[in-house]
Amino acid sequence: MAVGPLTLPILSAITWSPFIGALLIMFTARHRPRAVRWIAVVATGISTLLSIYAYATYNHEAAGFQFYEKLPLVPPLGISYELGVDGISLLMVLLTSIIISAGVFASWTVAVRSQEFYALLLALVTGVYGVFASLDLFVLFLFYELAVLPMYLLIGIWGSSGEVRPRGIFAWAYRETGVGTKEYAAMKLTLYLLFGSAFILVGIFALYVSAGAASFSFLELEAAVFPLGLQRWVFLAFYVGFGILAGIWPLHTWSPDGHASAPTAVSMLHAGVLMKLGAYGVVRVGMGLLPEGAADLAWLVGGIACINIVYGALSAMAQTDLKYVIAYSSVSHMGIVMLGAATLTETGLNGSVFQMFAHGVMTGLFFALVGLVYEKAHSREIEKMGGFGKSMPGIATAFTIGSLSSLGLPATAGFVAELLTFLGTWRSGHRWWLFPAVAGTFLTAVYVLRVTKQIFWGPPSPQFEHLEDARGPEWIALVVLVFVLVLFGMVPGLAIEPVDTATVPLLARIVRP
Amino acid sequence: MTLPTVLPLLVWVLPFAAFVLLAVVAPLRRAGPRAGLLSIGAMGVAFMAALVVWVEDFRGEATWSWIPSDGGPIATVGVLVDPVSNAMLVLVTLVSLLVQVYSLAYLGDEPPASLGRYYTYQSLFAVSMLGLVLSPGFLQMFVFWELVGLCSYLLIGYWYERPAAARAAVKAFWITKLGDVGFVIGIVLLWSATGTFDFGELFAKAQEHALAIDRLGTIMFLIYLGAVGKSAQFPLHVWLPDAMEGPTPVSALIHAATMVTAGVFMVTRAEPLFALVPEVLTLIGWVGAFTALLAATMACVESDIKRVLAYSTVSQLGYMMAAAGAGAADAGFLHLLTHGLFKALLFLAAGAVIHTVGTNDIFRMGGLFRAMPQTALVFIVGTLALAGVPPLAGFFSKEAVLSGVWEAQLTGPFLMLALTALLTAFYMFRVVFVAFFGRAFGAGHPHEAPWLMRGPLWLLAALTVAVGIRLAMGGEHEAPAWLVSLSLALAFAGFALAWAMYQRGVVDPATFASALAPLDFLARRRYGIDALYGGLYRGLVLGFARLIGWIDRYLVDGVLNVLSALTLRGGDGLRRIQNGRPQDYVYGVAFGVLLLIVWAQLWR
Amino acid sequence: MSGLQAYLVLAALVFAIGLFGVLTRRNAVGILLGIELMLNAVNINLVAFARFNGDLGGVVFTLFTISITVAEVAVGLAIVIAIFRVRRTVEADRLDLLRG
Repeated sequence: MAVGPLTLPILSAITWSPFIGALLIMFTARHRPRAVRWIAVVATGISTLLSIYAYATYNHEAAGFQFYEKLPLVPPLGISYELGVDGISLLMVLLTSIIISAGVFASWTVAVRSQEFYALLLALVTGVYGVFASLDLFVLFLFYELAVLPMYLLIGIWGSSGEVRPRGIFAWAYRETGVGTKEYAAMKLTLYLLFGSAFILVGIFALYVSAGAASFSFLELEAAVFPLGLQRWVFLAFYVGFGILAGIWPLHTWSPDGHASAPTAVSMLHAGVLMKLGAYGVVRVGMGLLPEGAADLAWLVGGIACINIVYGALSAMAQTDLKYVIAYSSVSHMGIVMLGAATLTETGLNGSVFQMFAHGVMTGLFFALVGLVYEKAHSREIEKMGGFGKSMPGIATAFTIGSLSSLGLPATAGFVAELLTFLGTWRSGHRWWLFPAVAGTFLTAVYVLRVTKQIFWGPPSPQFEHLEDARGPEWIALVVLVFVLVLFGMVPGLAIEPVDTATVPLLARIVRP
Repeated sequence: MTLPTVLPLLVWVLPFAAFVLLAVVAPLRRAGPRAGLLSIGAMGVAFMAALVVWVEDFRGEATWSWIPSDGGPIATVGVLVDPVSNAMLVLVTLVSLLVQVYSLAYLGDEPPASLGRYYTYQSLFAVSMLGLVLSPGFLQMFVFWELVGLCSYLLIGYWYERPAAARAAVKAFWITKLGDVGFVIGIVLLWSATGTFDFGELFAKAQEHALAIDRLGTIMFLIYLGAVGKSAQFPLHVWLPDAMEGPTPVSALIHAATMVTAGVFMVTRAEPLFALVPEVLTLIGWVGAFTALLAATMACVESDIKRVLAYSTVSQLGYMMAAAGAGAADAGFLHLLTHGLFKALLFLAAGAVIHTVGTNDIFRMGGLFRAMPQTALVFIVGTLALAGVPPLAGFFSKEAVLSGVWEAQLTGPFLMLALTALLTAFYMFRVVFVAFFGRAFGAGHPHEAPWLMRGPLWLLAALTVAVGIRLAMGGEHEAPAWLVSLSLALAFAGFALAWAMYQRGVVDPATFASALAPLDFLARRRYGIDALYGGLYRGLVLGFARLIGWIDRYLVDGVLNVLSALTLRGGDGLRRIQNGRPQDYVYGVAFGVLLLIVWAQLWR
Repeated sequence: MSGLQAYLVLAALVFAIGLFGVLTRRNAVGILLGIELMLNAVNINLVAFARFNGDLGGVVFTLFTISITVAEVAVGLAIVIAIFRVRRTVEADRLDLLRG
């Protein structure tokens, strides 16, 4: 653990820059929507530039946690503000930067209360950065909550409601809970995630007490040895707690409703980054601190991941609402992430982290596009759309590229991620995982192309003749995301080299059964 | 990096540069014909380079790390230059070049932006196909394998506003992807067993008999499934006829000469591995021969000229696969090359006809020989080549295939292929007689296509003849004499039958069809295979999806909603206790105190 | 019955009367009076204990209670008047603003 020289605390700057932006927006930009946006652009731009800088200067030879910072907060309890990133978290920080930059541009047209919208969005991003950069579990948890809670307001206020018909034996419950409304979605998401964070908190305290080191520091807990019984149930707690955010079956149902109801930038950020928070938590905290527990429960993680992949894909196929299709595809793709992690192989875990990144960018792109389509056509019903390719060729192209990455076409990031995961499965303890995983990619091809064809191909219907293509700031969002998707698909080493420096030591601690 | 690897790489880089330029520089793409010229220029230079590579018979290999890992790269990319890839380089660049030139006239009426899009896709296709051809390992092959599939999808759907084209594009992608599921599982298994994707290493191990892997047969079978999808083998052949919804030059390039042969190319390339698993090879042979026959019967009843050619392509791909399955991969590969030439010729000629007549239906053509003698002539050259008439190119390669299959003692496949030869001559001359001779159809004034289109036709026709003569002089055909006579007799029989039925009218096609009624019935309905897939897709996949969707929405989520509804109700019930009257609260307090006192007295 | 016990019984009786008043009176002013009685019952207890234990703390507490009671009555009556102004009634049964 090399403590860097006292230079600019890069990680703190990355983390807090959006928060300062949020404060500035709240206090200086009342009734000045343009100022709001430019403050947001600058604040996230600083984070983005710094994270690219950090990514570029990360020392692959030294590996480990770099850009280390530490500031004791509550010394008697061993709580300190401790930041540091390794290959995995660095890639996630980069992903967050990409998505939020695109998200700021994609929500350029938010009209209602844009000041509060941007402020909350930026506060949320600080939470996300904080989780990825924190090495102190207590502070990590605080950031985690900061990332989750603004979501309630963002969806509840700026969201949109859909329609769900109450059916089946539980129809009465659907009427009473108001399924389909944005309030329902916001509440469901918040309750689910808080339910999960209760598990996480219990797990963190269990480790704190058991280690007896009076420290929440990841690095010190990593050195502690926990008994297998404790490892097993604490890993389970982390798996459930973080897993809810990663959309594990059957605790995933908050995500389609949440994503479908959320405004564009929030869906982008949520599916693109927040779900990765969950997967990251399982990998970093769960597998990193509890290697034996992870190895012991890998069958569960992988098995559920397989269900996620196939089940998510089939559910996506059944949807009629475009946003729900994308949301369920996230459920399916997060299955690949969890599956790669569960293989406990270098290839598989690299694939998992790569998929976090690839899916983040891809789904960010998708939600940006869906937002644009919705904004122009005022419909999310797939069946009602058709022939949009004529009037919005740019959006159609970007959507096609996103679809291709989604179904794992080579030369897009999705392919590398899926390939590595597949390669990992056959070398893991549970070979049969390969089959549902591959079947999932085929099903993805079916539903994604079906949707693309329905929306963008075919004869344009007269009611949609005057649609416009994407404009200025929206183009920036699309181009950035498409570029990243293709770049990392063609040169996967860009991501895998740093990630590999982190996954190898992580796996070295896991003794495979 | 030496010249033998740099030059093939250049062949690949040129269209890549054209693609990137066209994809990124929007004004250039929207310029239409100018975009086409850029693409054609790149292709032309690439063709020259490929020609040099082929003539000089370069060999070499260069690879770079692509996916790194702790213990050395998992996957590499690079170029593998050997006679097989050299020949493919020439074929791909040549046909691409000619098709791109031809398209300039054929798609001349398209809006400039669409034309630019077309040439962008064409460049991407060239990149992908060349990358596939140059692959030094299974992974790179798979990468470009998927990319050519993408191009096929995009180009079939070029007229994306037509619902039929949109459907066909998606269908092509799905069906080939289904085969690719096998392919990807196969290479994952192969990598897990050997730790490499590289052909060189794998073949070296195969040669030393050091490739002792469990279930190698299964692995190779799975890899072969990819070829089944891509090369339209039974039962995944259904997408190819539908793919004719794309522009005709696309059909010529992708769905006849190059992409669909990727499966055959792959089997040829991986021949040392397939040779280790004779049972899979036998299967390949049988499936190939069966595909050939099945497709030929469907071609006989088809009236859409492009679909006839499409079925013919399926049938000829079956030939190539049968040869590969018989262990005569060289023969299959030779047939691949010659077929690439004359099938492209046939498609382009058909395109010239369609361009002027405005219909695909051969029964709405007729008497075209008079109106467009040059096109008719080259079409007949192609037909003769396809039917296997010496000294055209098709004759020799077909001979080689048949003798290879015969020598492998695959009697069943041999008989099927022989029958196919008869049917091939029949359905091709059926088209010739119906479309080019016979009574002229009144409507319209068919005329020769512009030179931009005729040039490629003549060039391909000349090459078909020249290659045939070259093969004849090479004297490499070792087929037994009886085989030569047999295949000539079969070709003549097919010709005679077509002549009798459609030229002389001696035999009435309808009576003939009713004599073979069950076969006719099935062939016209494509043996129900399309319907089967449609049913499976709608009934099984979509049905299952709907079921899962319902379960997710109303059961998994239902349990949750019931819980929350119960919580709401519970809260509502408890709320009623709080009626707002302070006196009732005090009652509560008083009773509480009383209870506490009682409890304290009795249980303490 | 010793001296202290008599005071305690008296206080208990006064407390019970006060509680009865609080629980049964419908007029808010009556309820306030009941509360007064209960508080004074406590005062009686405090003073009695102070007297019999020789500890002046109880007396001090009583003085506190009396002053707090005054404040309480003042606030309570003010609330009652305010409610009367708004609702034109001080009947406890009608006042259910606290209902959930």
